This record gives sequence, C-alpha cells and structure tokens, in this order.
Amino acid sequence: MVQVRIDGIRTVVPEGTTVLEAAETMGIRIPTLCHYPGLSPFGGCRVCLVEVKRGDRSPLEASCTLPVDEGQVILTASRKVMEARRVVVELLLSSCPSSKTLQDLASQLGINRVRFKIKERECILCGRCVRYCKEQMRSGGIDFVGRGMASTVSSAFGTTPAECRNCGGCQWVCPVCERACLAGDLLNGLCGGCHNAAPVETCLVCTHCSESVGAGGHRVFHQ
Amino acid sequence: MKTDLEKVAAIIDRYDRHCDGLVSILHEVQHEFHFLPEDAVRMVAEFLGLPLVQVYGVATFFKAFSLQPRGEHTISVCMGTACHVRGAPNVLNEIKRHLGIEPGENSPDMKFRLETVNCLGACALGPIVVIDSEYEGEVNSGKVKKLLDKHKAAVMEKVHA
Amino acid sequence: MPNLKSPVALEQLRNHIMTRRPPEQITVSVCGGTGCHAYKCEDVAAALRQELACHPGGRDVVMKVTGCHGLCERGPLMVIHPQGIFYQRVKPGDVPEIVAETVFGGRFIDRLLYTGPGMDAAALREDDIPFYRKQQRLIFGNNGLIDPTSIEDYMAIGGYSSLAKALFAMKPADVIEEIKVSGLRGRGGAGFPTGLKWEMCASAVAHDGARYVICNADEGDPGAYMDRSLLEGNPHSVIEGMIIGAYAVGAGTGYVYVRHEYPLALKNLRTALIQAERYGLLGDNILGSRFNFRIRISVGGGAFVCGEETALLFSIEGKPGNPRQRPPFPARQGLFGKPTVLNNVETWANVPVITGLGGPWYARLGTRNSKGTKIFSLVGKINNTGLVEVPMGITLREIVFDIGGGIPGGKGFKAVQTGGPSGGCLPESLLDLPVDFDRLIEAGSIMGSGGMIVMDGETCMVDVARYFTHFLTEESCGKCVPCREGLDRMLDILTDITEGRGRPEDIELLQELGEAIKSASLCALGRTAPNPVLSTLRYFRDEYDAHIRGGRCPAGVCKALISCSIDTARCNGCGLCARECPQVAITGEKKQAHVIDQGQCTRCGLCKDLCKFDAVVIS
Repeated sequence: MVQVRIDGIRTVVPEGTTVLEAAETMGIRIPTLCHYPGLSPFGGCRVCLVEVKRGDRSPLEASCTLPVDEGQVILTASRKVMEARRVVVELLLSSCPSSKTLQDLASQLGINRVRFKIKERECILCGRCVRYCKEQMRSGGIDFVGRGMASTVSSAFGTTPAECRNCGGCQWVCPVCERACLAGDLLNGLCGGCHNAAPVETCLVCTHCSESVGAGGHRVFHQ
Repeated sequence: MKTDLEKVAAIIDRYDRHCDGLVSILHEVQHEFHFLPEDAVRMVAEFLGLPLVQVYGVATFFKAFSLQPRGEHTISVCMGTACHVRGAPNVLNEIKRHLGIEPGENSPDMKFRLETVNCLGACALGPIVVIDSEYEGEVNSGKVKKLLDKHKAAVMEKVHA
Repeated sequence: MPNLKSPVALEQLRNHIMTRRPPEQITVSVCGGTGCHAYKCEDVAAALRQELACHPGGRDVVMKVTGCHGLCERGPLMVIHPQGIFYQRVKPGDVPEIVAETVFGGRFIDRLLYTGPGMDAAALREDDIPFYRKQQRLIFGNNGLIDPTSIEDYMAIGGYSSLAKALFAMKPADVIEEIKVSGLRGRGGAGFPTGLKWEMCASAVAHDGARYVICNADEGDPGAYMDRSLLEGNPHSVIEGMIIGAYAVGAGTGYVYVRHEYPLALKNLRTALIQAERYGLLGDNILGSRFNFRIRISVGGGAFVCGEETALLFSIEGKPGNPRQRPPFPARQGLFGKPTVLNNVETWANVPVITGLGGPWYARLGTRNSKGTKIFSLVGKINNTGLVEVPMGITLREIVFDIGGGIPGGKGFKAVQTGGPSGGCLPESLLDLPVDFDRLIEAGSIMGSGGMIVMDGETCMVDVARYFTHFLTEESCGKCVPCREGLDRMLDILTDITEGRGRPEDIELLQELGEAIKSASLCALGRTAPNPVLSTLRYFRDEYDAHIRGGRCPAGVCKALISCSIDTARCNGCGLCARECPQVAITGEKKQAHVIDQGQCTRCGLCKDLCKFDAVVIS
C-alpha cells in the first residue's frame, strides 16, 4: 500500500493505482477526455493534468498515466493546473468546436473565449476508438497514422480492415461523433448553451440541445 | 507495375524476421523500388507477424518513407538552422519556381523529386543543396539556375547514353 | 585475425602494433569528415594516393583518411606527422607540391597554412591556431589520429584497455561507482546523471535476466553534428563504452540507433562492429572474461522525436515513435519491457576515458554540477564553423570569439542559440555566461545535445523563432494536445507577425501559450519546444514590437515588411538583375542605374544574390 496526499487529504491506496483512480476513490473529480473506463490509459489529451510537488519543482503530469508513489503530494486544481488545463481545452475547442463534450468541458472550466484560429477538424486524436478496437474487441484494425498535425486515425491504406466486425464501438466511444454540438452559429468557437454559468438576456445560439438544463433554463455566454 | 515480392522476402529474411528490423527493412524495400508498394508493406507485416496498420503507421510516421512513387533524382535542400540563417529559404523558393513543384512533389516527368531535409551536418558550407548524393555548397538564389541546368544536362546525357 | 582470449593477448597485440609504428613514421592524414567530404576531400585523397605511388619514397609514407578534425570551415584539411604540419583548403592540384616540398622536403607551403583574424603569423600546427588552443579535446581529439576503419589504429592509441581494466580489475558495481564519482551527465539533452541511470537499471528486477544498453545516435538537431562525427571518426570508442556499460549493468544485447541520413556513420559503425567481433571484443566470452555481449544496429526513419528515449524504444520495437509517460523509466521498464540504459553517442564515448583514468580525475574538469568536456557544433554566422570540445564552464564569449573567431563581415554579434531547435536564443549581455547544464536553464535555454548557432545583425529573431517553431510543429509526434495543437497555433501567430498581421495582444498570448505548452506537454520535445519563442520574447522583445507596432523588420528578413531598392551610386547598369527577375520588376537602360518597381517586386532576393556590386539594398 502507498500513502499519498491529494489536495491536502491523506489516503492509502494499493501500489500500481493511478493518481486519477486514487482521486476518484476520495471523491475528488479530475476532468478527463481521452481517459475511458475499461480502456488503458493514454495520456494524450492532458486535460487531467495535476501538479506533483517534488521539492522545489512541481511539474504537471497527466493523472491518468501517473502511478502513485509513496509520499507523493498532488494538487488537482491549483492555479498552475487550471491555467494549463484551460489553455489545453481552449486549443482543443479551436480544433473541434462541434464537440459537445468539449463545449461542456469549456463551460465547466469557465472558458469564455477562444483566442486561436479555428481549424475545424473531425477528430481530436484522443485515441479512444483505437484502444477500444484493440483492447475491447481484440481487433486492432485502426491506429494512428501519420505524424504531428497530419496524424489521423485510420486503417491501413484507408480501406476497411480485414479485422473489422462492424461493431460500431469506435463511434460509440468517440467524444466528437456521438455528442455533436448542434449550435449552428458558434460565437468565436464557443457555444456553452448547456453548461455556461454566465447568463445573458437572450440565448443567441441555444438549440435546446442538451439534457443538462439547470433551474435557470438555458444560459449562454455572449461576449 | 508488379512488385517483385521475392526481393521483399529476401530483405525481410536478412533481418531474421525480427520486429526490431522493421525500419531497416522498410528502408531497403524503398531503396529497391524507390517507394513502398502496398503489396510489399502487406508482406512485411505478414512476415514479421505485426498488425498491418502498425506497419502502415510506421511507414507514414517517418518522413523518410513514401507510399507513392518518387522521382528518379532527389534534390534535397537543407533547411537546417545554419543554412536557414544563411538564406536557405530564398534558395528553396528559387528551386520551387524553376521546377514548378513543392517539396515532397515530383516533377511531371518523374525525373526529379524535391525534398527538404533538416540538417546534413555540413554546416560550414551552408546553404547546401544535395542532388542525388552530390553536395553543392554555398548556394544562393542566384546560383540555382546554373546548378539545375548542370544537373538536368547530366540527366539528359545519361538518358541518351 | 587474432581472436583475443585474454587481456594479456590484447596487450601483446598492442605492443606488436606499436613496434611497427616508430614515432618518426611519416603519416599524412586527410580529413574525411562530412564537411571536408562536401569539399571533395576524396579527390585530394585520391591525388595523394597516386602521387605517393609514383614517388620512390612513397612506400614509407602512411596515408590515412581520418574522421572530422573539427575545423570544417577550412576544409579539406590535411595534417602531416610527425611534425604535425596543418594544411587547410587543400586542393588536388596542391598535392604534388605537398609531397615534394613538405612530406619529403620538410619545408612548408605558406599559402596552405592557416591564418586568421588577430594572428600575426601563419600557424604551422593545430596547436598554434586559436581555434584549437582553447579546446580540450578529450573525446574528439583522437579523431584526427586514427583511420576509423582500422581497429589497430584505435588500439595503438590505447583502445580497449579500459574495457580490459573494467572486465578484469573491477566488479560491475565498481564501474558504476566510478561513473557516479566522475559526475558524468547525459550528453543527449536532459543531463541526467549517467551513474544513477546505470545503478537504477542494474538494480531493476529483470524476470528473465534480459537487460539492454542502447546508444542514441539519432542526432536530429538541425545544425548539430557532433555525434555523427564521433561515430564516423571513432566508432570503436563508442563501442568500447557500450561494452563497459553493458558489463556494469549486466546487459547481453545492445543497440545503436542511427539516423538514416548518416550513411558514412552507419558504414564505419558496421565495419567497426565486425572487427570487434573478430577480435573477440564482442560476442561470447569477451577477452576470456565469460561476459557475453552483442550489438545490433537499428536505423531511424527521419523523426526528430525519436531522440526522446521512450519514442526511440518504440521505434526499435517496430512501432511509431510516440513517446509515453515516464515513470516507468526505461532503466526499469525499457526496450521490450526490460531494464534498459539509454545514453547518447558522446556519453558512451566518455565512458572509456573515465574507466581508464578514473572518476576522480574526470571530476576535476568542469564546474560543480557539470563535469568533463562537451562537444559543440559551432555554426551559423561565425568565422570558424566547426566542432569544438571545451571544458564545461567556459564562457559563451570564449567559444564564439576566441575559438570561433567572431562574426564574419563585421555585421556584429546578435545572439547565440544553444541546445538545438528547442533551445533558447541568448543575447550579447549573456556572453559571459559559463556554459553548464544549470546555468543555461536559468538563462532560459538548454544544453541540449550541443548545437550552438551564432546569429548576426542580419538575422531576424522573430523569423528565427518562427523557423524553430515550424521545425518543431513538423516534428511533433502528434500524440499530446499542447504540443500538437499548441505549436501549430503558435506558428500561426508567429507567421502573422512576420507577415505584417501581428496584433499587440499576440505577445501576451504567445507568452501564455508558451508557458502552457512547456508545463502541460507529455515529453521533453513539447516541454522545451516553446524555448525559442519564450527566450526571444525575453531578450528581443523590441524586435517583436518593431514587427507588430512599427510594421518593419529591423534585420531586413521578413518579406512582407521590407522593400528592395537599387543604390544608384553602386549600380553600373549591367542588367543581370533585370534579365533574371522572375517578376520582371526591374527596368533600366544599359549602363544606367536600374530601378525596382515596388508594386511588382515580391522581395524574393534573387537580385541581391545576383548583383556583383552589392547595389541592391534591403530596407
């Protein structure tokens, strides 16, 4: 067993547990994106960043891939964490504004502007589908191909892989395909119709898209 | 064109059919055919016992590999830092203008392929252009035309011979 | 071919080699490094071979093509022993005279001797040249003495004696202790203490006993070629280091991961590995010690990120080079899941020196936390382009001005960029900074693998920041968001600034984005990638302001912010520019000063490069 301290609270968890899992057992919620229950940790989206106190250094690490270590001191929502996390989500939003998962995440984090060029892509390369196919279906017909900004998820030579059983799981776990934000006219890449805490008088972009309407009705941030 | 798969098999066998030879194998296959033909890639995956998409992923990850046929003669413009500060971008623009192609493209007659490389480690001579394996040092945009003419003439000579 | 079965047999062989090499032996070394190769040194070597064959005394002269001597600026280089006469810029036509006058006549030829800025008389020997005088060439100095394809040459300078010492006079733990005492830190970039890494690997649990040592020769930094020159010029020193390391941690297999862009390094390494196997220095029962070790070669495919250790391991395993989270560190779970020590070429080349001379001896060199020497590749706007090996703690000023000979063309020093594409640009005010791992980080740069790029007044720092960011965007593996998306957006902003579309708020945004990429990225590539931008923002903020607020590029580089015109006093109307201008933007009568039509001009710079009278002015 390993003793760690997360957000000031001590806990003891089995060796090999990740920091994300340890936090969950304590009821501390760390936002995640590429992480998915039942799939191996990937550590690519960097939304679940936490601050690890190590002497005078305190690097940020992805909690989903970080194993607990004896005496570890973790901060899940420090200023440093929040600043980096907000930039990460802002970047994601600028590359895939049509994802409702991302729009909701942005609202939760209080992101009220996107300062980067919007480059609409249909994939955020979180790799959930790749891992689902490989690990849950034991198929592995799709993977990351290419590199950097040119990387995509694809099968070899873009043809239907021989391994594919048409299970549809890849679409089911996708944070972009399944939960598209329906708002047609995004303000500066932002919708936030479902989750945003800053209300305006008229909802300019709300499409009544979500189940997540609070007591105050649909609210949207408008710059 | 049909790929000579026996050659591919011989290459794979030379690396004991071990996955640690994958990149080397792909290099040799590309050297043989000037690019990576689809059936050769499929064969490599099969012989090494690797998922096809993994081999395809490696072939697309590394800059050295091309899944499309490449021009016969490669013109590489070094875009390393030393060459950059000495004016390599102007040289590249001038070559692009003369050949009418972008880096990573082939000339329509498939004689030339234009590429950029990150550093050739001959920084004292920058900017450097390498045509096939011949180094041309201290190139500037004014020298490009002569340089290309010289190599075009050499290529034509070979064709006639 | 002797298969050496004991350390005594190795010593006997060495003595045998030495008796055939009297100190008065005339030897002519021609530098065959990549720089000299590009200057066609093989033609010089061929001319020399032919000339010696014709000369009656030619048989008694030994001729060698060696690895890089370092002073690439003046290639092709030639050194004539035993006097050590150093000739530079040798052409095939000079060879008959060299053979007649110097080799057999003992006289030197003035025009081939080195002269340089601040020198009263021409230099006869390497040691007389300021470029070499301040260096301490512990690792790199042997390059000029040996033919890299000859294991006997390496043995003649004491090669493999450190291995014999390690195998027979030291326990594995002693070797690790010696490395720890030496204070050696990894030369690949991060500067992790090598001894600690080895200890971690040696103490890690390996279920089937398998461990690996790996040499990282995937030197991807543009403008850096020290590892290439070591592998090309002295491959046995790297191999010897790896065998010692393997013995220390108990590894049975090693890999050298080489860039495919380095064909000569690959060739010389292959030759060296075959020789070492034949001599019983690799394989089973090395020198009769019952220690077994083999080295395999793995070739890279052109990906900068594969210099990152976890990416490199995936690449050897036949997977794309996407880094993964550490821990677990490769020393505990590395190649194929086994404990693995991964060091770069230069680090491995230091190992035989430390093993031979002892850790305490080595620890006397350098500064408190950075020991030994470091090889830098000094390139860019500098008089003496080349490879230099200096003790840690030397100042940047000594490297740039004393060794490098300063900036050509009187344009003035502006910045030096250390640490490869993800290093920082340091201004003139920091020239007295001692070069060591920690001081460079404090100044916002890194040691990296040792690239050192000098920039002068004609270099635009915003353009340089854009250049590095572009490079890193292309080389990002694409796995994690801050590096993939962040660098791409950073490039967008920088491109806007260099193309005249910068907004005042961009500076703050670059700063915030840079900090986020630095702290949130997965691997060292992303975590250092914003350095060029952040360091230029810190030291050259005025250039950003000039681009954004002033709408001009002070260095005259960014095309959208400059204009080309012709200095009527200098133009003699030769008409060359007008004939070649792709835009037909230049007009003028014969023998009259020409004019550039600003509306047509695309600032491609062709006219400036073509003009023999320096009449094209950029403002």
